[in-house]
This record gives sequence, structure tokens and C-alpha cells, in this order.
Amino acid sequence: MRSERGSRPPRALTIAAVAGLLFLHVPLLLIFVYAFTTEEKSYQFPPPGFTTKWFAVVWERQDIWDAIWLSVKVASVATLIALVLGTCAAAAVSRARFFGRDYISLLFILPIALPGIITGISLRSAFNIVGLDFSFWTIVLGHATFCIVVVYNNALARFRRTSGSLIEASMDLGADGFQTFRYVVLPNIASALLAGGMLAFALSFDEVIVTTFTAGQQSTLPIWMLTELIRPRQRPVTNVVAIFIVAVTFIPILVAYYLTREGEHTAGAGK
Amino acid sequence: MSAGAASITLERGGLARRTSDALFRRPALLLTLLLVPPLLWLGIVYLGSLFALLAQSFFSIDEFSGLINYEFTLSTYRELFRLANLDVIIRSLVMATAVTLASVVVGFPIAYFAARYARGKWKALFYLAIMLPLWSSYLVKVYSWKLILAKEGIITWIAQKLHLVWLLDAVLAIPVIGGPSLSISYLGTFLVFLYVWLPFMILPTQAALERVPGNLIEASADLGAHPGQTFRTVIFPLALPGIIAGSIFTFSLTLGDYIIPQIVGTSSYFLGQAVYTLQGTAGNIPLAAAFTVVPIVIMGLYLWIAKRMGAFDAL
Amino acid sequence: MTTAVRFQRVSRHFGTVRAVDDVTLDIAEGEFFAMLGPSGSGKTTCLRLIAGFEQPTSGHIEIFGETAEGVPPYRRNVNTVFQDYALFPHMNVLDNVGYGLMVRGVSKAQRDKRSLEALALVELAGFEARRPGQLSGGQRQRVALARALVNEPKVLLLDEPLGALDLKLREQMQVELKTLQRNLGITFVFVTHDQGEALSMADRVAIFNEGKIVQVGVPEDIYERPRRRFVADFVGSSNVLTPDFSARTGGPHKWASLRPEKIDIWREETLPDATVRHCEAKVISVHYQGAVTRIATQAGGQLLSATIPSGSAKVSPGDIVTLAWPAGALHVMEDEA
Repeated sequence: MRSERGSRPPRALTIAAVAGLLFLHVPLLLIFVYAFTTEEKSYQFPPPGFTTKWFAVVWERQDIWDAIWLSVKVASVATLIALVLGTCAAAAVSRARFFGRDYISLLFILPIALPGIITGISLRSAFNIVGLDFSFWTIVLGHATFCIVVVYNNALARFRRTSGSLIEASMDLGADGFQTFRYVVLPNIASALLAGGMLAFALSFDEVIVTTFTAGQQSTLPIWMLTELIRPRQRPVTNVVAIFIVAVTFIPILVAYYLTREGEHTAGAGK
Repeated sequence: MSAGAASITLERGGLARRTSDALFRRPALLLTLLLVPPLLWLGIVYLGSLFALLAQSFFSIDEFSGLINYEFTLSTYRELFRLANLDVIIRSLVMATAVTLASVVVGFPIAYFAARYARGKWKALFYLAIMLPLWSSYLVKVYSWKLILAKEGIITWIAQKLHLVWLLDAVLAIPVIGGPSLSISYLGTFLVFLYVWLPFMILPTQAALERVPGNLIEASADLGAHPGQTFRTVIFPLALPGIIAGSIFTFSLTLGDYIIPQIVGTSSYFLGQAVYTLQGTAGNIPLAAAFTVVPIVIMGLYLWIAKRMGAFDAL
Repeated sequence: MTTAVRFQRVSRHFGTVRAVDDVTLDIAEGEFFAMLGPSGSGKTTCLRLIAGFEQPTSGHIEIFGETAEGVPPYRRNVNTVFQDYALFPHMNVLDNVGYGLMVRGVSKAQRDKRSLEALALVELAGFEARRPGQLSGGQRQRVALARALVNEPKVLLLDEPLGALDLKLREQMQVELKTLQRNLGITFVFVTHDQGEALSMADRVAIFNEGKIVQVGVPEDIYERPRRRFVADFVGSSNVLTPDFSARTGGPHKWASLRPEKIDIWREETLPDATVRHCEAKVISVHYQGAVTRIATQAGGQLLSATIPSGSAKVSPGDIVTLAWPAGALHVMEDEA
């Protein structure tokens, strides 16, 4: 939508928009305040005093480190699988027309379009039916399923923007399929893949709904957090972990945004 | 130039080149190789699980032994439509509708401002201001509201400072949506839902508004329409596909969530919680499966209507 | 003379669409060959068949006597200058030009040396460190040309290479391309929809319509002696006479073409003799074009345009004039009457 230069928004609109944005951001900022509170037993506001000791407490907590490490491993493996599968699918869909092509996007979007609980409970009952024990790999299986679409969307957008004649030009100049992939296709889609991978990582790192069903006894960071939310033990520790999670997910999102910002705002289309 | 060079080079070359030749001669083979892994994954892991689950909704559970009786029956669906279960379904639908409508009201001004008035650096900033809450941790977002809505939390504090405690009490005294405190009321659950899913409404709405040409609005103004009329007759209808696309998310996500009402809200169940409890502590997989059919059918209907209204172009 | 490219009854169908339909064609070594036709006429598909991007549905293709069916593009010593140039955006100009040598395993030193030579050939010395995005359209076109030529192809394919350039640059590139081709002696196959470009540059021209070749010949033949109405219509400004009109003015009952510069306005009192054909026509419009003036007229249902030396006759729209042309100027075509 283009508007005349100098046209000013009506005051009511500005107020509504600013209020809406405050609504979106103030709650997250509030957590930062709570991370420094001296109050342990309740969510008292304003905090009776401020301290940084909770950061040291968290640093010493092995259960939190274990949860972080498990989340990082799960997110890395799930992202890797999603990168391979999502890129393959995007390459096929962008290259050729074939029977059922239009349904492939729908199939990939399904795991995030249907409520997460459906994915979770389906996987859990399927694991039970096949007799698969819950492990690291059952978590990865679930996460990769909904991460594929994020990579797929980013890669597809880039493939569509990349001129098909580049591949033909490369073959024309004597490069076989593998050389063409290495020297022309990969450099052209690398930043989109990186962005898709970052978002997939962030998505997996934060996922709790499906994980609840596929995790068994292990606890990823979000599962740890959920347990604390339902039965709080040491509230300020949870606050510190919360701002840690915010930081860890913000960085890849910012990076992904800068990698793909030239005209393709697909970063959010995945979640 | 060398006139002696061959016009076609047929020496066999390494493995890579021979594989490349084979794939070139059979383009369908390459396509198959690319498609089979992702399709196998989603087809077997995801769709397989989904259908296996749905199939179980046609089994029943033996009330005495607690074991699943693997015979086709519709009795589980009969159970689904018992009053208590219908209650859960209706409660979830009302909540999903309320959250969707509220996110249109709160989200539209942001989307409209971002699409029509934000320029250059501000536009990028606006975009990030919507993207960051969208992508930041779901649990942390829910948690932040636990802090806010707590009886000893910031809302009570503000009410005290502004001498508005009577107002807060009056709101909490409203039957049905009120409760002993905000964190134990439907109102609280609603606020958290709205907060968590709002960005999913803003983004597609903004995308749809970006596509409304500015001169259309000026043309409407030229023709003597006052701003309210322009909004009703030009801007809103054009933004509608985006709003519907956003509502697919807000509706579906609210319908399936089982964590938010568990952390903030009353003890009455929503759809997601019912499924969660049935498959977990109750161990009644058939009824849990039948319950999951409800959001699938509702979302299927919703998507079908949305498609007919052209909402998919705005996704 | 060696045949560079041979098509024997080649067809390429996409579903029910016959993009190329039973084309037989020989292109000689060292020839500057143009494929001319409207969009969708099959000329670009023919080019892609030579490059190896498409495979024929039926028929046989030879490149310098070797069978080309089933041979992938990277095994053909044929290079293409693409319509959109298809320069690799992530490489600088030097790496773009050296790409073909790089994938063939030529050493870095060697390929840089040869790439610089190729860049000098297209007068782009000094641009090697730039990215394609930093070049003008004309410069990109030259890089694409250098990138193809550095591989010393046996056949160079050019797909509307001048289409994206403005008129002045285009005319300059036409001359340069022609000179380059003469000096290098490489077979050029040039696809265009611009008849002026094809006629002025090519040794021979093939006219395409609906997947078939309508006529192949030297530019003069195509221009002066179109064998089909389609060619006369597409290539030029020729008048296409209906069989009825042709017969009415003393010619055979056949479709015929008549060049506007052969028509004059008859100013004598007496009617011309039998060696000169004539008719009455009403002037519709008069266009002054410098040395000549183009007059559009209508004789019955037949539109006729004539170019006469400016100042040789005073006519204005609405006038009834007598048009005359030598009997030999009429070119009879092969279409069914």
C-alpha cells in the first residue's frame, strides 16, 4: 500500500497501534525485571529488592545444563534432517511439474497447521504400536517433522527467485549435475538454507507441545520449564532460565531476518 | 580457434559424471530421488501416525480391564457426544472464537499502521517488532503472564496505585469470565491466548493490506467517502482474506492448546486438555482419538470456507 | 562444406503442444544462421535442442556428424548466450568467464589468462573484478559472450541476445557480433523475433511458424521472394495481394506479394500498357519519411501501400489515385488460392 508522502496517521490509529505493540512487548520485558528479584516465594511486584545471585545459582544447576544440552542436541539433529529433506522437496517442487505437486505443500504444512497436540498424540500412539522406546531419537523424529516446512518454505522461495537459466548456463558451460550443484545452486541458496536452518533450530529449541508426548523421561529445556510452571520450586531460577531462552531464540531469528530480508519475508510463514 | 576439437565429448569420465549422465537421461529418476525421502518421512512418520490414531477412534475401551477392544465400533463417538464432553467442545469453540475476534480488533491497527504509514527503517523495525514476539519462546510468553496475572503481580499493583482496585474486583465479580483472581479465570486464559497468538493475526493481515493500492484509498476519498466509509467499503473487504488467513492460525492454535489453560485458568477442561488427560492418566486412547477428530473436522471446514473466500493467497 | 548442425525430421512435443514439428534443417560450418519467427513459433525450442536442454520427441540431430540425442549439454562443445544472460550473481566477471574452464579442470593461472583474453576480445578489459550486478545491460551481454567464447565452442547459440538492449546499443552490437563471427569463424545460430536484425546479420535465415520452418534462404530471397503469405506478412512491409485482386489486375489467381517501393502513382493521361499493371485506389493516409513518402491506400477490399520519392506527387487522404507497378514486380506465392 502506498500513501502520499507526508500523510499522517490519525491519532486514534497511532494510539491503537502503539498500545498493541506495548501489549506484545511489555510482558517479555517484565521477565527481565523478575530475573533480578530477591523474592523467592511469590510473583510480587514491584520486587522487594534486586540481586544477581540467581544467575550464579542457575550456573551451578546440573539439571538445567543437562536440559540445555539435550535441547541443543535435539535441535541440531532435527535441523540437519529438516535441511536435507526440506531442500530436496523444495528443489523437486520448484524444478518440475508433476502429478500431485500442489498437494505436497499442503502435506508439509499439515504438521504445523493442525494443532500440535494432534501431531504429538499421533506420534506417541504410533511409537506405542510399533513398540519404539522413548529416547533421544523419538524426540528428534517429532521435531524434524514440523521443522521440514520451515526449511522448505525458505528454500522454495529462494529457488523460485533464482533464475532457472543459471543451472542451464552451468550445464551449458560443461559442468555436470554435481558440479552445477556445488558451484551454482549451493552458493545461491546458501543464505536461504542458513536462515531456514536457524528458524528450524529456534522452533525445535522452543518446542514443548509435541515434545511432551515424544520425550519419555528425558527433559529438554522447555519440558524442564513446563514442569517448573506447573509446580514451581525455585521461581527466580525459572525467571533466569526464561530470559536465557528468550536470548537464545532471538539471535537466530535476527540473523535469519537479515539473511532473507531482500524482499522475501517468508521467515515467519513457517511457524 | 581450434577447429580440431571434438564437437561432442563422450569419454566416460568419473563416477560423478556417469551418475550425472544417468540422471540427465532420466529426469524422472532425479525427481523421484529428490521427492522420495521427504515424502517417505512425512507420509510414513506423520500421516501414518495420524491415520493410525484416527483409526483407533473406531475402537473402544473395555471399562473393566481398561484394555483396548480392537473391534470396529461407533460407541466411542457416542461417548464423545455425551453432555460433559460436548461442554468441553463448546467451551473450546467459544474461546477460540473470542480469541480470534479479539486478535482482529487488537491486531488490525498494528497491521494497518505498519502497512500504510511505516516507511523505510521504521518498516523494518515494525516487522521485527511483530516477528520477535511471534518467534520468542511460547513457554516464556505464557510464563510472563503468570507473573502479570498473579494476585501479587503487576496488575494488582497498578490497580492499587491508580486507586482502581474496585474496578478490578468488579471485573473479577462478573459471572463466568471472572474468578477469585485473574490467573484463575476464563478472562486470564483469554488474555494469554490473545497475547500468544496475536502475531499470527497481524502478519497475514499486514500482508493483505500491503497489497491494497494507496491510490484506491485516495480514489475513495476523492469520490467523497469519509474515512469511515472508505474503511468499511474499501479497506476492510480487501484486508478480509488476510484476516481470514490469520484466523486460521488463531482459531486452530487456540483449539488445540492444552498448556495455557493448564497454567492460567480454571479447572474446567478445554479440548486439548481433555485429549491430553484421556491419553495420559486415563489411558483411553480411543476416546482421545475421537476427541482429536473434532478439531480436525472443524479446521477442515474452516479451511474449506477460507479457501472459498480466497484466504490462501494471503498466507 | 561441413554441416555443423543437422536436423532430420525433428519434433519436440510438450503434451499436445507441438513446439517443434517435423523440422529438417542443415546449418553449415562457419555460417551465421538466424532463426526468425514470432514468439511460440518453435525457434527457441530448436536452439534448446541444439544446446541439449531439450531432447527431441522424434527425429535425429547431428552436431558435426555426431549423434546428439541423449547427450547432456555439458558433453556438447556448444555454448549459449542466454536471453537474460544468466550470469552467476555470486561470482565476479573473471570467474564467470572462467567457469567453463574451471569445471573442465584448467589450472587457475591458465584460465585467468584465457578469460582476460576473452574479455579483451569483447572490449571489457578492466572489468574482471566487478560483479554482474554492477554492470550495465550491454556489459552483461558482453560478459555472457566472453563466457561462451572462452570455451572455443564449435557452435555458438544466441537466444535473443540483443532483446534487452536499447536501440542504439543494439545496432552497435549487431555490427560487433557480425565482425566477431567473421573473425572467429565459429558457427553462430541466432534466435530473434526482430526481422531487421535477422536480415542484416545472418548469412541465411529460417522463418518459423507454429513449430515448422516456413522458408529457409538468404536474406534477399526471404525479403524479395517470400514463398508464403506468412513470410511476406512477418518479414516485411510487403503488400500481400489476395488471389482475386491479383487476377483482377491481370496477374494469376494466386496469393502474391508486391513490394511498396515497386508501386508508383500513375500521372500520365493515358493508361499504362500491358507490361504495367494498375488499379484505382483511395488514399487513406500519407506518411512523410524523409527521402520517401509512404502512402497507404485502399483498392476495393485490398490494402496497398506504396513508397514514392518525397515530392514526386502531391496526394492527400481521400484522393483517388491510379497505382501502377511493373508486371515483373509481382511475386507469386505457394499458398493455396
